[in-house]
Amino acid sequence: MPQVFSKSANGVARFVVWATCAALLLAIVIGIALPRSGFVTGVGQAVAQPVPFSHKHHVGQLGLDCRYCHNGVETSSSAGLPATEVCMTCHSQLFTNADMLAPVRASLASGHPLEWQRVNSVPDFVYFNHSIHIAKGVACETCHGEVDDMPLTARAHSLNMGWCLDCHRDPQPNLRPPQDVFLMHWKPPDDIARIRRSLISLLDIHPETMTDCYVCHR
Amino acid sequence: MSAIADIRPIPTAGIAALREQLSSGHDMWRSLDEIARTAEFLRFVEAEFPALADRLPSRLDRRTMLKVMGASLSLAGLTACSKARSIVPYVRQPENVVPGKPRYYATTLSSDGFGIGAVVESHEGRPTKVEGNPDHPASRGATDAIMQAAVLTLFDPDRSRTPLKDGEPAAYGDFLGDMAALASRLAGSGGLGAAVLMEATTSPTAKVQVEALRAQYPRLKIFRHDPLATTAGAQASMALFGKALMPVYRFDRAETIFSLDADFLGEGPGRLAYARDFAARRRVRAPNDSMNRLYAVESTPTITGAAADHRLAMRPSEIEAVAAALDAVLGDQANSTPSIVDPAWMAALTQDLRAAGAKALVVPGSHQSAFVHACALAANAKLGSVGSTVEFIESPDEVRSDGDLAALCSAIADHSVDTVVVLGANPLHTAPSDLDVHNLFSELKLLLHFGLYRDETALHAHWHAPAAHELESWSDSRAYDGTASIVQPLIEPLFGGKTIHEILAALSGRFDADALALVRQTWKALDDTAWRKALRDGVVPDSASKPVPITMAPDLGGLQHHPVTANGFDIRFVADPWLRDGRYANASWLQELPRPLTKLVWGNAALMSPASAERLKLENGGIINIAQGTSNIDAPIWITPGHPDDTVTLSLGFGRKIGSVATLAHGYDAFRLRTSGANWVAAGATIVAREGKAEVITTQHHQAMEGRAIIRHTSLDGFRENPGFVREGVPRMPTESLYPDWNYDEEAWAMAIDLSACIGCMACVSACQSENNIATVGPDECARGHEMHWLRIDRYYSGPIDTPDLFFQPVPCMHCEKAPCEVVCPVNATVHTHDGLNAQVYNRCIGTRYCSQNCPYKVRRFNFLDHQSFDKDEAGPEQAVHNPNVTVRSRGVMEKCTYCVQRISARRIQAQIENRDIVDGEVVTACQQACPTRAITFGDQNKRAAKVVQEKSAPHNYALLEELNTRPRTTYLGKIRNSNPKLAQLGEKTDG
Repeated sequence: MPQVFSKSANGVARFVVWATCAALLLAIVIGIALPRSGFVTGVGQAVAQPVPFSHKHHVGQLGLDCRYCHNGVETSSSAGLPATEVCMTCHSQLFTNADMLAPVRASLASGHPLEWQRVNSVPDFVYFNHSIHIAKGVACETCHGEVDDMPLTARAHSLNMGWCLDCHRDPQPNLRPPQDVFLMHWKPPDDIARIRRSLISLLDIHPETMTDCYVCHR
Repeated sequence: MSAIADIRPIPTAGIAALREQLSSGHDMWRSLDEIARTAEFLRFVEAEFPALADRLPSRLDRRTMLKVMGASLSLAGLTACSKARSIVPYVRQPENVVPGKPRYYATTLSSDGFGIGAVVESHEGRPTKVEGNPDHPASRGATDAIMQAAVLTLFDPDRSRTPLKDGEPAAYGDFLGDMAALASRLAGSGGLGAAVLMEATTSPTAKVQVEALRAQYPRLKIFRHDPLATTAGAQASMALFGKALMPVYRFDRAETIFSLDADFLGEGPGRLAYARDFAARRRVRAPNDSMNRLYAVESTPTITGAAADHRLAMRPSEIEAVAAALDAVLGDQANSTPSIVDPAWMAALTQDLRAAGAKALVVPGSHQSAFVHACALAANAKLGSVGSTVEFIESPDEVRSDGDLAALCSAIADHSVDTVVVLGANPLHTAPSDLDVHNLFSELKLLLHFGLYRDETALHAHWHAPAAHELESWSDSRAYDGTASIVQPLIEPLFGGKTIHEILAALSGRFDADALALVRQTWKALDDTAWRKALRDGVVPDSASKPVPITMAPDLGGLQHHPVTANGFDIRFVADPWLRDGRYANASWLQELPRPLTKLVWGNAALMSPASAERLKLENGGIINIAQGTSNIDAPIWITPGHPDDTVTLSLGFGRKIGSVATLAHGYDAFRLRTSGANWVAAGATIVAREGKAEVITTQHHQAMEGRAIIRHTSLDGFRENPGFVREGVPRMPTESLYPDWNYDEEAWAMAIDLSACIGCMACVSACQSENNIATVGPDECARGHEMHWLRIDRYYSGPIDTPDLFFQPVPCMHCEKAPCEVVCPVNATVHTHDGLNAQVYNRCIGTRYCSQNCPYKVRRFNFLDHQSFDKDEAGPEQAVHNPNVTVRSRGVMEKCTYCVQRISARRIQAQIENRDIVDGEVVTACQQACPTRAITFGDQNKRAAKVVQEKSAPHNYALLEELNTRPRTTYLGKIRNSNPKLAQLGEKTDG
């Protein structure tokens, strides 16, 4: 009886076995890496806005405080976006004819609000509250990154549940004195470990209660 | 398949058997079906959600199976696809508005024309929740179910959105054009031939405007149509005092109360305040505490009768005889006619009333005859309680009218009126059946209608103009005690509606009038500071009417007792507690809110006593024909223990033919049987049993906790002898558990519910629905036992079938420390939190329903369907009513009471920002906040001084089914009735 398989079939079989293994491995690697990549999480991906607002210019170069525009951040769940009027407090005097700002002027004139595209968002069933994080010494840049280096704003962290929980389980590495939370490029002092330990008790932070589901989901 | 159609009927001979069974001491029962162990009852006991199989065809063929599977596969994994959307900030941010922080505004909601103060929560200009206004005398911080639903009716997509000319949409400008023509015609003729038909209102601004209209058009007629009006009180007052005065009761001063068919806890503009005062005198915590005592004689079961210590059911036509007997006894006259009330009962009552003296109070039912009112007034005068427990005030700002709807009809018939402007009322639906309003209105040259809905009258009118909702209007109103308050808008009119003030101004020829300016003009005595304060506080200070001193005419002012000799049945008309005259019929929250005593939803039934049903050989749902005069209607019956014999209770408000929600409901229209002379009570009706049955949907069998000591109760004397009566004869709570103890180092939230204070008014259930975005499911789903209310009020009977005692028990989630639900969840979707809540994680829930199966209290609810749309375009305007701080749940998810965890979180975050502890009383749950009687206490039981700890340390505090070792955080204070020991010796049950 003649051979069913030629000699080269061994090579083909080996190739198929290894290729399958490699493809599986690749799929696993992609499966792990893709959901964590900026492509899916949006991290580092600048979003096109109706007005190419630059945090780099306003915060980094001009030194505006975060709260000038995001004025609900200390009192409300929502940090808030500036009303058109807030933009126009300066831009009625500066760059009054800049083409870039035409939509802002049009908004004020027509009464139709600007429609900004969301950069940072969590799903509807997540009840995130800005004010409590500010009060407990979690800085803006801890979650939003160094926006003063962003010409166009991009998401700095994935904001997925695992990322939130990392800090809710062990907030200490992310704390700083509450008066410093609005600072950018904050340099921790040398005795930061001691400060953070004392902050936990001074600010009455109870990490053991911070992973209860209803803290974020209601 | 309906829930009722497959019921094994109570054998008709069975009522006698049930009576037998109950006399041998079956303690607590929910319904006749329970005692009879009918299939209907057992179905709901054996499976909490019995009808899952109903959804599928009886034999699932392969094709259907594939279809069902395919659908579930294709739906799997479609969740959590959310795209980044846009954020839209303000152009000009209003001062003080911080997005994400709710704001609260005081306003006034109307109840039969009278004002009840409210504080409305608004999220970025969107009103979502009504609370009571603690500063307003008619609310005192409490609300009722109807007030809760105000936000729902505001966003009702069925509301009228455009003016209609001859039923076709038209422009508001055209409407004003025709109004201008009308105004100039009226100016020419002095108002000849024109009439305005108004609803009940106490608005001082409306009164001023109507008086101005009268001055401007001297021949204009003003009529008033208010289908729920009761005039007998004013008649009696005229006869006795020579002027129409209104009583204001002071239950806080009353020791002994006698209700002559008065439902003062459930009806009337002062009900919330009365309930608060009444229950405050029934808070017994220690053996030395005292209680008031309530005797009630009533012609239909009400929540007041359920709260009474001694209750007698009487035919409505017999109430006069009881009043006459009381008058005779108190007047020391020999009572010639044999009393229809047990002499011992009457003797005990009069002795108690006399002993209480100035602290006694006799309350007549507002719908009762002038004679009953006069007897009650005279009794109060003889007891010396006038000025103490009852005061009289001038009727607050009532618009002077030239007559009622009947007067208007006769004016149209004799052609003295050819133009009618209907303001708010819907006479084509609510007119008495002997008035041919439809034909008479057809003869009119011009019929204008102004109202919230395109209702029967609107569609018949030449012109209809949409009204603004209360939450969109500037107006003013007076409370039951005369206190004035301002109605301020929470939102611009959604559908361009106008207020009644703008329409009245247009009638007088002013088309640019602004409601705010008109109201401000009425209150010009208030300077700007005082005006802003009145707006902020929700009351105009010192505006309550002063009590008027009275002098009584002798001999009841000539009012006579008219014994009724008619054969046949008495009919007792009642307004549906939630839908009233049908004006709220399109509010699904109210349709689906179980009626306090019958637990009926999405429909009404003719209520009847077991003995009458037995005589007619009828069972629940059996259809009867009720004939009265020239009209008759068919209605299903509902056997109601404690109902007087030979009497049928018919409720108004159902049978609407218009409205997408209203038409879903079953039920009959009782207005078709109502005649002008007999608004509330009619005698001599003929009742004939018909073939067939109709679907009557009740929730009384749902979520039953069978045959255990669920309600524990005693008399006041019993409590004094044995304060720990709740521990008697019940299994002890085990002290050990298989499960490890939790540590509650921070707060430990807990609730105590005082069963002596609960009057079963259902305000808490409605408040919970509003606060927690609880879906309504509609009549068919309710019949399957799928209603979603997180909090239910169980109603129990105890004692004989004809004269049972009634008990109410609110049952929210118990938040067990050893929760049976937590250990059976395969996906950890129900978890214990550090402060002792059983949290439900919707996103983890895969819908096995094991938790519900394992819950001994049956407090979990499952979303069998997508009851609320997530598509913002499809969901319509009613999605705006949702509380933004609570997740809207989707299909396949279990849900339950969370102790209002969003409120706990909000207060905790605030306290943490301020770096302090949460203060006792800071966290208030929605049910607690709405409760008129403060029956619910909530707080942190780790704080020794907390109110909830004090409540729980009362000797009669007990947990439901504690023998199961679930260690509930919600506990109850046993029910204590202040029964008269003399009546107890006579053989009346005291322990119930």
